[in-house]
Amino acid sequence: MRFVDEFRDADKAHALAAKIAALCEPGRQYKLMEVCGGHTHTIYKHGLEDYLPESITLVHGPGCPVCVIPMGRVDDAIHLASQPDVIMTSFGDMMRVPGSGGSFFDANAEGTNIRMVYSPLDSLKIARQNPDKQVVFMAIGFETTAPSTAMTMLRAAREGLKNFSVFCNHVTIIPAIKAILDSPDLRLDGFIGPGHVSTVIGCRPYEFIAAEYGKPVVVAGFEPLDILQSIYMLMVQLSQRRSEVENQYSRVVPWDGNMAALKAIGETMELRPYFEWRGLGFISHSALKVRQEYAAMDAELLFQVPGVRVADPKACQCGEVLKGVLKPWECKVFGTACTPETPIGTCMVSPEGACAAYYNFGRMNRNRVAEVSAS
Amino acid sequence: MTAGQVSHGVQGQPGWIDEALREHAQHEQAEHEQAEHEQAEHEQLDAAQEAPDAAGRRQLPLADREQQVLDRIDRARRRRPRVREERITMSHGAGGKATQTLIEAVFLDAFRNPLLEPLEDAAQLLLGGSRVALTTDSYVVKPLFFPGGDIGDLAVNGTVNDLSVSGATPLFLSAGFILEEGFPVADLNRVAESMRAAAAAAGVQIVTGDTKVVEKGKADGCYINTAGVGLLERDVNLGVAQAQPGDAIIVSGPIGDHGITIMLARGELDIEADICSDTAPLNGLVAGLLDAVPGVRAMRDATRGGVATILNEIAKAANVGVLVSEDQIPVRAEVRGASELLGIDPMYVACEGRLVAVVPGGEADRAVAALRAHPLGGQAAVIGHVRDEQPGIVQLKTSFGGTRIVDLLVGDPLPRIC
Repeated sequence: MRFVDEFRDADKAHALAAKIAALCEPGRQYKLMEVCGGHTHTIYKHGLEDYLPESITLVHGPGCPVCVIPMGRVDDAIHLASQPDVIMTSFGDMMRVPGSGGSFFDANAEGTNIRMVYSPLDSLKIARQNPDKQVVFMAIGFETTAPSTAMTMLRAAREGLKNFSVFCNHVTIIPAIKAILDSPDLRLDGFIGPGHVSTVIGCRPYEFIAAEYGKPVVVAGFEPLDILQSIYMLMVQLSQRRSEVENQYSRVVPWDGNMAALKAIGETMELRPYFEWRGLGFISHSALKVRQEYAAMDAELLFQVPGVRVADPKACQCGEVLKGVLKPWECKVFGTACTPETPIGTCMVSPEGACAAYYNFGRMNRNRVAEVSAS
Repeated sequence: MTAGQVSHGVQGQPGWIDEALREHAQHEQAEHEQAEHEQAEHEQLDAAQEAPDAAGRRQLPLADREQQVLDRIDRARRRRPRVREERITMSHGAGGKATQTLIEAVFLDAFRNPLLEPLEDAAQLLLGGSRVALTTDSYVVKPLFFPGGDIGDLAVNGTVNDLSVSGATPLFLSAGFILEEGFPVADLNRVAESMRAAAAAAGVQIVTGDTKVVEKGKADGCYINTAGVGLLERDVNLGVAQAQPGDAIIVSGPIGDHGITIMLARGELDIEADICSDTAPLNGLVAGLLDAVPGVRAMRDATRGGVATILNEIAKAANVGVLVSEDQIPVRAEVRGASELLGIDPMYVACEGRLVAVVPGGEADRAVAALRAHPLGGQAAVIGHVRDEQPGIVQLKTSFGGTRIVDLLVGDPLPRIC
């Protein structure tokens, strides 16, 4: 298949892997963080770690939109959905995320009407078909999905739809990366930058990582060769003692981002003073809310949202996993109390979550596999 | 749910988490002594390599600790399944882990008997000296009509196939209809006509039936249940538990056609592709295979849950490892394209006219040739083999050259595909 197979070529992967291995300085350990959950998914789905030398560890970052939603927000959403005459729409990923009393699926079994949509625009169709209901879109995601929420709001305004609103949970990536850089328990050598987010925000916002923290950043695409090449580019920078922002995904990511998308976000949403991230706690200016001008579409104003804070279960170590301090399997409840069927933490829910990716695709001990195949 | 219940979570931990953790702690306690014992042994073996951790305890090397966790997960997965949810959710019908848990924890528990226990596609009975296979299946597909078929031929073929892959010659079917008030009679005629044609094509007769009508809104147009009986004439011993290391794993054609067709036929995705459902009766194909290779160990039709689910059933039932190569698995370009766009793995997408067969390694070529000789098996291929390593686990060698696990599906992105 064109545009897919050429980025999954095993021969090219072998060649890149050899070049990466050659760049490793003896005795040095490298920790590279892939910020984006989409990368985590690709890495596990294609078995990319098989190509890396033992001295390179990939640390899975916080860029999974579902994983960073705190339990309280899920409870708030279910509370919204259980108001009379409300239809909630949500991306499929959110349906199984557990709140303190269960997930959207469980809520539906109790009588709410939460429907899965593939695009926020589908919510408008549902709103048109159900004029006597209030359709609330559960908006989640980084700058990647925020433009589509913004476009939906703009269109609803243009059409004069009165029964559509947004429960806004959009977050922004840079404050999260900064929180990780400032976290004392983590030492990283470089970042594989989030490709999809960068199609919107461009590469400039990462320059402080290279300039102030001295860490190289390579914005990467989502096919396995993209990621392998980005690791190679990071290793070249490290071997040359450079720290710059480079763009591996130039076929899609413009250096300055997508102005039209940024404008649409700016028109409809504004920064919240602070927002709670699952596992990372409160981060200031890290999330978006609906702008005053669009208050009629802000579900948080239209309805009474309890705004509950639910403490993460004590045994859940999502925060450490999201920051890359713990590998998924090092979490105390991984795979036993917390599984994709009964997830306690969000990292176990989304296919982009580090725990779910490891549980579904990677649950084998690579050293042991090597031992077995060698014997 | 009320706000009161929500705020309850702030003080303590929500009940279901408490329960999961309590269970976890019990098992951990039981394993603790064993782990300590092992660790003591380990320390004696090689104390020099291990650095004490902050607490002064000796830590096992990383790979060993990872292995310990993986072993613990393995034990957790073998525990008796229990349904935690208070109500049925859509996941229970998706054909993945939740469905399996529901079947084992509710139905198997209530009906337990040796004929049911193998949980094969059809039960094998002895009736007045004859070996008979019996199966049943319900059909709730939406939309009722889709490219390549409709709920009618699906309902006939599905039951014919469940009998066929158990090694039986399908003979007689029953048909039960649950109709929604207001359902067009013209549509019902269309469904009945395609059932007639499918039954004729498969050489079976529909000999008994039932009709119920429910109020508008209590069903979605038309649901069908079919049951079927077939005669086990051949001297074969089929079952996924029969798989042995060295066996080859074969699929009879491109996978995922039905599931992707249904998804696109719903028209919710604004994707168009030239794909049809693969719904077809497999009895002819199976007969050809069994004639050529009487030593076939197991067959399954890859419906809900797709090929991945069957591979997991093989690995678990026979306690063997399964290794398949992504490169070898036939997938149509249209199905692959749609799957890439939607982020779906074709390995989990339903087929309605494909089977997976396990045959002794030495007979793989003969089996593939026999399948390819039939019009429904033209693209049959060996996709992998059974092995000793990693019992219970299905591994995939990716086209990219890496390896990963192929686990049972948890949720289902495809609502009601059969």
